[in-house]
Amino acid sequence: MATTKHTLVALVEDRPGVLNRVSSLFRRRNFNIESIAVGHTEQPNLSRMTIIVEGDDAKVEQVRKQLDKVVDVVKIVDITSDDKVARELALVKVKSTASTRSEIIQIVDIFRANIVDVSSDSLMVEVTGDEEKVGSLVDLLRGFGIREIARTGRIALTRGAVGPLQVEEPREVKVPKQPPKPPLEAESPPDW
Amino acid sequence: MKKTGAQILCESLCREGVEVIFGFPGGAVLPLYDTLPQYPKIRHILVRHEQGAAHAADGYARATGKAGVCLATSGPGATNLVTGIANACLDSSPVVAITGQVARSFIGKDAFQEIDITGITLPITKHNYLVLDAKELAKVVKEAFYIAQTGRPGPVLIDIPRDVFQQEAEFVYPDKVNLPGYKPTLFGHPTQIKRAAEMINAAERPVIIAGRGVIISKAFAELRELAEKAQIPVITTLLGIGCFPETHVLSFGWLGMHGMAYANRAVHNADVIVAIGMRFDDRATGVVSSFAPQARIVHIDIDPAEIGKNVRVDVPIVGDVKNVLEALNQQIVPREHLDWFNQVDKWRDEHPALLIRESEALLPQYVIRQIYEVTQGDAIVVTGVGQNQMWSAQFFFYDKPNSLISSGGLGTMGFELPGAIGAKVGRPDETVWCVAGDGGFQMTIQELATIAQENIAVKIAIINNGCLGMVRQWQQLFYERRYVHTLLSGPDFIKIAEAYRIPALRVTDKKLVVSAIEKAMDHEGPFLIDFVVEPEENVFPIVPPGAALVQAIEMPKPEKVKP
Repeated sequence: MATTKHTLVALVEDRPGVLNRVSSLFRRRNFNIESIAVGHTEQPNLSRMTIIVEGDDAKVEQVRKQLDKVVDVVKIVDITSDDKVARELALVKVKSTASTRSEIIQIVDIFRANIVDVSSDSLMVEVTGDEEKVGSLVDLLRGFGIREIARTGRIALTRGAVGPLQVEEPREVKVPKQPPKPPLEAESPPDW
Repeated sequence: MKKTGAQILCESLCREGVEVIFGFPGGAVLPLYDTLPQYPKIRHILVRHEQGAAHAADGYARATGKAGVCLATSGPGATNLVTGIANACLDSSPVVAITGQVARSFIGKDAFQEIDITGITLPITKHNYLVLDAKELAKVVKEAFYIAQTGRPGPVLIDIPRDVFQQEAEFVYPDKVNLPGYKPTLFGHPTQIKRAAEMINAAERPVIIAGRGVIISKAFAELRELAEKAQIPVITTLLGIGCFPETHVLSFGWLGMHGMAYANRAVHNADVIVAIGMRFDDRATGVVSSFAPQARIVHIDIDPAEIGKNVRVDVPIVGDVKNVLEALNQQIVPREHLDWFNQVDKWRDEHPALLIRESEALLPQYVIRQIYEVTQGDAIVVTGVGQNQMWSAQFFFYDKPNSLISSGGLGTMGFELPGAIGAKVGRPDETVWCVAGDGGFQMTIQELATIAQENIAVKIAIINNGCLGMVRQWQQLFYERRYVHTLLSGPDFIKIAEAYRIPALRVTDKKLVVSAIEKAMDHEGPFLIDFVVEPEENVFPIVPPGAALVQAIEMPKPEKVKP
């Protein structure tokens, strides 16, 4: 069966061990997590995870259902086919000399990236964007010699007013309903 | 009022209606054991190995529908629970396991008897907790029992450091839980129920496959109403046995690897399958690619992750079986399926699965049938795993709701004896028969001491064939009779029983079976019978691994398999 790259986003209780509970379910099904990003959300005690995995649709859906059963997972959805903004951040430490420095700075400018640290023989570049943009910049910088790279992995939000991860207020008991599809914006801003 | 963590735990257990704990003491739980006598309402049963505690709690839970509680100390005490917890997890049994942990300041230092039991049990519990503050304890216990007993039930583990048992905190028992990430769907979607009703009403060759979910949901009457109203043959899974009276005219046995040939044929030829509270386990479906090729499937289950996991489903209904069937039954049109019944009956005549062959020898099937005859079916049967389990499922007819207790998903040899202890403690007015193999019985044989000390009136039938029968059968059928490490030279079970002060009898003669069973029944306390049976008897039918349900090997005619 054909495999595709899936973007799963989850709201989880901010408790010790929750990352282990989520990642171990992928391990059980022999999935390799490509990236996982965790951070706080607009709600106290809740964290948001963005998980990128590659697999066939049925298998990913089975893991998603199993993850939804984890008590600490409040909600998890697959937003692969949703209209969304996805970003990652990378820090790249690249070798530089007096002769290459300005060329590097030019490239960084074109990518609307930033130089965040300078030393006599290196520059640190901070770049935000989708994987393609980060990848292209890294490829270009590779020619100058890369010392170190740190990448955050992807985070993503669906476009529009209402997102699939908005949870009902605690204690409010109502029949779960499908959130409306996020409306397409008239003109999508350029991704990078 | 301030109480210690140990007191808070006991108070909370009382609030949850816990009457009995199966446990084994040790260093980390000493403060709790020291507190237990203050709570005489909680009966503590001392097992001889923690695995026995977990299985007994599981047996108790299955027999009563209430959470069973087991208790162990840190380290080896906790790891000894693991098999029992996994067993409860795979068969959706509500077990609350409480483990001691080393004191908080020692956690992470590889202290004496320290083990990360929440980490170890992560994949085999529905949820687990490490409680680092006595203030949290009441809330955790409340949540644990709620999670274990609602939705699809399952085990929950609570790990408590020794000094948290001693820490003082205010005791306030919460009256409800707030778990945003845990909200089981209880009622089926009306649209799907309507679609299911339409499909059932239009079916020509329908079958119901009913699983343990019917028993857990106590939907016995609702299942019967559906079957009788729509005139649908009822086939159960192994763990579904006891959800529908087996002597009912609509009952057509159970399906799967050792299921009745006619049940498997009916499933294979059905045009509509109504799967209720079951999960299409591979032992039930045979090779899944040729499972029920003509059928459209309605699948009712409370666990959304089970739907579409193993087989494609046409109408998924997530909800509690009882609620869903109540709603569904209202839309079912009474009708008959005479041709279909005639067909299934014909298969039953052509493939009589449950005959006991003529023989002077003592046959295991005969023993099980006589237990049925003597008890008149009025008993709870707790089995081991293997041949004894399959014969117990085949040759005893389960009319009473929830009367067969068996390890299905994990297939845990050694479950039988402690499982029977739990069942008898949970339902003391019932006759409980523990049917064991001589192999599995030796895995938890030490619990005879628990039975003797607590005078638990379990009747034990050892189906003693001197080998690991099911594995030997596979070696015979699929490994050209190379019996590698499956022949047992067992102990003298009568002497063992006597050593534990449990009366026992050995039966080697067919003619003495009934009188031995009657003697066991007449005796007030526990009783053990060692049935020394034909060693090379096989379980038939058997669907070979990797084959379709209809490709079962049936009992060779007219005599037994070549010697």
